[in-house]
Amino acid sequence: MITIALEITLAMVTLAVILNVIRLFKGPDAPDRILALDSLYINAIALIVLFSMLIHSRLYIQSALLIAVMGFVGTIALAKHLKRGSVIE
Amino acid sequence: MKALNGRFGLPHPMLSVTLFLIWQALSNGISGGSIVLGLILAWLLPLFTRNFWPNNPAIRRPFRFLTYIVRVLWDIVVASISVALLVLNPTRKPRPAFVAFPLELEHPLAISTLAGTISLTPGTVSADISDDNTLLLIHVLDMEDEADLVETIKKHYERPLREIFK
Amino acid sequence: MHIALEILIVVLLITGGLFALAGAIGLLSLPDFYTRLHAPTKATTLGVGGIVFSSMIFFSFGDKSLEVEEILIMMFLFLTAPISANMLAKAAMHLKVGRMEDTKGHPWEQ
Repeated sequence: MITIALEITLAMVTLAVILNVIRLFKGPDAPDRILALDSLYINAIALIVLFSMLIHSRLYIQSALLIAVMGFVGTIALAKHLKRGSVIE
Repeated sequence: MKALNGRFGLPHPMLSVTLFLIWQALSNGISGGSIVLGLILAWLLPLFTRNFWPNNPAIRRPFRFLTYIVRVLWDIVVASISVALLVLNPTRKPRPAFVAFPLELEHPLAISTLAGTISLTPGTVSADISDDNTLLLIHVLDMEDEADLVETIKKHYERPLREIFK
Repeated sequence: MHIALEILIVVLLITGGLFALAGAIGLLSLPDFYTRLHAPTKATTLGVGGIVFSSMIFFSFGDKSLEVEEILIMMFLFLTAPISANMLAKAAMHLKVGRMEDTKGHPWEQ
């Protein structure tokens, strides 16, 4: 039962990723693209967690944690760059 | 207490406890090594970063803070359902608005907690704060009545936060 | 694993996936940047939080060993979502991106 649910959820998250990529290419402004990248990395966390449940291994959970940390830093740096023209003042 | 705040003491005990717990969660199972390393990190990291934490956080009622967190988590679920319904229903158009919210809180940590709460709960994202820390600019996805919204936020989130923070 | 736990995991997974999908649809279909900002900060965060939580239950009860790294991931997601939304809103206000014509009120100048 869980395996079927995992596959359905994987399909839904993959569809979400595709929609995010469409927004990433459509734009129209830079903040829209950053927002798309932001939700892409959150969806990537979901994909990694789902995949590690599917193969029943905890090897990849740490990488999900790393993506959560680094993705946030990336979003903040990009937003800061848009606002001030430089990342570190 | 003086010795605790000295040059090599623990400037922020709560931060040290949090760091220790996070390190235990990060390492694979609790063992002697992870406890020793966790204690060292919980001692050194607050010392190295003490210049970034000029004021002690002033939480007066920790248990009320816990009930606040539980309520906010529940509100996040409600908020997400309402946003999802709005998104999935093509006939309904959002009625967006910018609202300037008058702040009664003064403590910076309390204000940032309120801003974070507003961003995660019903249809609102906090966008900016005025230079004198008295107004919070909020973007609302679907607004019916401005006074109503301000009153709801004041009643649900700002009053409890005023009691929690000094 | 107990049948009730399995049902809980399945429900968490499906609702989480639905919320993540709703966030993505909102990101694609809402009319202007400020309204689009709402969908990923709320729906996607909650959806992925549900999926991660179901993973914690799955590994903790399936292997009989307590796993808590997922709590860190969830905590981090819920703490950072409002901050990135706030920074993006500030950047958008600075760039004066277009907004819907019937938006009430306006961002201030500073």
